[in-house]
Amino acid sequence: MSNRPANIGSTLLRPDALLKVKGEARFSTDFYEKGHVWAGVKRAGRPHAILKNIDYSEAIKLPGVIAVLTHKDVGGTNRQGVIKKDQPVLVEDRIRHCGDAVAIVLSDTRRSMEEAIRAIKLEVEPLPAVTDPRLSLKDDAALVHEKNEDRNILLGGAITVGKGRAAEAECDEIIEATFETQRQEHAYLETENGWARLDDQGRLEIVCSTQTPFRDRSEIAEALGLDLKNVRIIVPYVGGAFGGKDGITVQTLLALSAMHAAGRPVKMWWSREESFIASVKRHPSILRYRLGAKRDGTLHFLDVDITMDTGPYDHLGGVVLALAMEHSGGPYRIPNGVVDGRCVYTNNPISGAFRGFGVTQVSSGIERAMDLLAVKIGMDPLELRLKNALRAGDRNFVGKTLTTSTGITECLETLASHPLWTQRSFWKRNAGILKKRGVGISAIVHGSGYGPIVPDYANAKIELTGEGKFRVYCGVVDMGQGNSTANVQIVSSILNQPANDIELVLPDTERTLPSGSASASRCTYTFGNALISAAKIMKERLCRKAADLMMKKDPQEFSTTPITIRHLPTGSEIPLKVIANMMDSSERIVTAYFRAPVAEDLVTGDYNLRLHGMPHNLFSYAANLACVELDEITGKVTVENYATASDCGNVLNPQLYEQQIQGGAIQGLGLALYEDFVAVEGHVTTKDFSTYLTPTSMDAPDIESIAMGIYETTGPFGSKGIGEIATNGPLPAIANAIFDATGHMLEKSPITPESVLTALTEISKE
Amino acid sequence: MIVSFELNGKDVHVETSSDRRAVDLLREDLGLAGTKESCGNGDCGACSILVDDKARLSCLTLAAQLQGRKVVTIEGVCGEDGRLHPVQKAFIESGALQCGYCTPGMVIAVIDLLNSNPSPSRNEIREAISGNLCRCGAYQKILDAVEEVVKDSKKEAS
Repeated sequence: MSNRPANIGSTLLRPDALLKVKGEARFSTDFYEKGHVWAGVKRAGRPHAILKNIDYSEAIKLPGVIAVLTHKDVGGTNRQGVIKKDQPVLVEDRIRHCGDAVAIVLSDTRRSMEEAIRAIKLEVEPLPAVTDPRLSLKDDAALVHEKNEDRNILLGGAITVGKGRAAEAECDEIIEATFETQRQEHAYLETENGWARLDDQGRLEIVCSTQTPFRDRSEIAEALGLDLKNVRIIVPYVGGAFGGKDGITVQTLLALSAMHAAGRPVKMWWSREESFIASVKRHPSILRYRLGAKRDGTLHFLDVDITMDTGPYDHLGGVVLALAMEHSGGPYRIPNGVVDGRCVYTNNPISGAFRGFGVTQVSSGIERAMDLLAVKIGMDPLELRLKNALRAGDRNFVGKTLTTSTGITECLETLASHPLWTQRSFWKRNAGILKKRGVGISAIVHGSGYGPIVPDYANAKIELTGEGKFRVYCGVVDMGQGNSTANVQIVSSILNQPANDIELVLPDTERTLPSGSASASRCTYTFGNALISAAKIMKERLCRKAADLMMKKDPQEFSTTPITIRHLPTGSEIPLKVIANMMDSSERIVTAYFRAPVAEDLVTGDYNLRLHGMPHNLFSYAANLACVELDEITGKVTVENYATASDCGNVLNPQLYEQQIQGGAIQGLGLALYEDFVAVEGHVTTKDFSTYLTPTSMDAPDIESIAMGIYETTGPFGSKGIGEIATNGPLPAIANAIFDATGHMLEKSPITPESVLTALTEISKE
Repeated sequence: MIVSFELNGKDVHVETSSDRRAVDLLREDLGLAGTKESCGNGDCGACSILVDDKARLSCLTLAAQLQGRKVVTIEGVCGEDGRLHPVQKAFIESGALQCGYCTPGMVIAVIDLLNSNPSPSRNEIREAISGNLCRCGAYQKILDAVEEVVKDSKKEAS
């Protein structure tokens, strides 16, 4: 850590890195106490059934077992969910997927807990399982939620743009393709877990791995019938989340357990297999694209049809669909068309938030469609994109006027002059024997924040300690992406304090202030803006205090310096510690609120789509380039080079920026080539890392991450969201590179060696 | 049974069942929670520890297998004076971590590599850490970090 004030735009090493390399960073998994209780969950194990009886008579008799809890022990609504509360904490009478929680076992040891879970017998009446979203839409499909208004549709909607379908006839060229993307598992290395205790005053304290402490608190209280002020959530370091901890995992189950543990602390920690079965995934999607243009390559018409498999519960499925619809036209001016989408209930594993959040899926659709169109009209794919790239003031596909920085043109121009692009023909010609090479690109737009209705706000808090140092209360979780480092950097630079003197308080519903979820590429934008205000107020207040003490009129003549406040004209100083001790503790605390600006455009009259986030106001952009080599014997795809040019605003910390871009791209690479979370008739068959393959160091190419550094006037020090944009690029860029190499557009992901071999065989037949 | 071994430079004698997993013994019984568990299956490398200077998976190691061995966990990687190991220092400086959950196992894997091959190529580093999953995708910066260590040790040697 640095003993000098941080600068914005320069790398400040992560303060958490020291603790993490020493094994001293405490995650919620790391809480143990002599005599603590283990709590574990009995899962339904079948995709769809009526639950008639839970027989735990044998389980409860096992040595060490303290209690078995069922829905009968739940005092509140027994429902959880972010928008639509359709998920039971513990199943009452209807099982809707294999991972449904049916009962909880509390036990003295992990082993006896596991044994007791196995000993619980479920008496069920099986129901036909709906596991194909297309069949789920049919009139004769079994209903996942009998009382749902629109049969098996969680959320559906349509938007007509310009002349709608009538514009199709005005196109010179039309391409049509249907793409399918697979279910992706977050596979954070720290599985869902937590630690909870009920004190003798009836207060619950829960330490857990989550992206959403304040929302969790409300959900727990409502589901269990508790008073909100009796629930406290503390979030220490989080071992990865990527959207999978955006909402309840263990929290409610753990809280309920603690209420039956006679004051003993309770630990719940899902195994890898349980995590895979019970946690949310990236929505599998079916995307039908019809894209039309004039002969000169001007895009004229787009018709998109999106079907997403949301599993049995909303989680954030409706919001994912709305974001997918909003981004379905990519970063292009397309004046006419239709987007029609639906998020469908099934008895598959639950789909929900995952870095990229619907944009990943549709980006793979529009970007593959663009390359098909480029070939059809005989145009260079980069030129086609540049010709149609959105500029500030344009309307995007759903009709939102772009009023914030719009740097997709700069991103594409950067690729256009990049040696990997300009020398691609030479590189491709140099493929070895029995190898084929291709180069593909993708252009991406990704909105950040919550959309027009759900308030996207943060409350920052800074305290001057009695020691004359500054303590920053972070209300937004840092699950590894490094936003807490950005927080240190912001406060350190505004107050001119050594970075290693800034103390961070990680999210805690009793100490930090509500600041929304760690999601939607919003953390540093929203919390950072609040924090800048707080730091400026703090500086002003301290300068005023110093002016009063020195009997000077003008606080403007003062500035904070490391550990002092200096009167600039005379050079006299007062140590911050002295000032701190002259201030009341309440005076030493500053809070500031920021609410993100929202889109005023009424792009749709459908309130439900707007509630689910359409449209956004602020967008990040990226252009990506993949150089791939195919092995003609095995079909193996190797990404030899990968470059991204991103418009994420002004970069606050180059190292954190690179981490986000590289990490996002590697997850996108996993989606493109390896990861496939398989459920057969609702039963999960990929239960571990030997069947669910995430990229290793051998698979991940070095990634060149170029920042455009365009200043966003509404952003904290000109920055925009970095967290998700990079995840969306690899699937379309790699598919387009394979298209370039083989002339075949692969429409399903992951792109397996088998599918590549099939494409290569087609060529030899031709 | 009583298992006796050297742990981070100190002799320990601990009463445990012979089939207790080393990862549980370390984390729960001995309070060394720096070693992480992620898959419990030998697939991910997060729980790596050094046993007689070689990286081993503590989720697949039983307590009895530690008998008489020299065990180093992430807590024992720093020098006696608390000084960071060069690998730890390089991880911090290169930004070779994000969430940090794979980091203890990754640091152990790299130390194992450098024990047997003090100047590995970038590809050799890739291979050596390929059994350690990093879901944040920090591989590139991990490779950079290890290359820094190698560069620094060459500088020192010359």
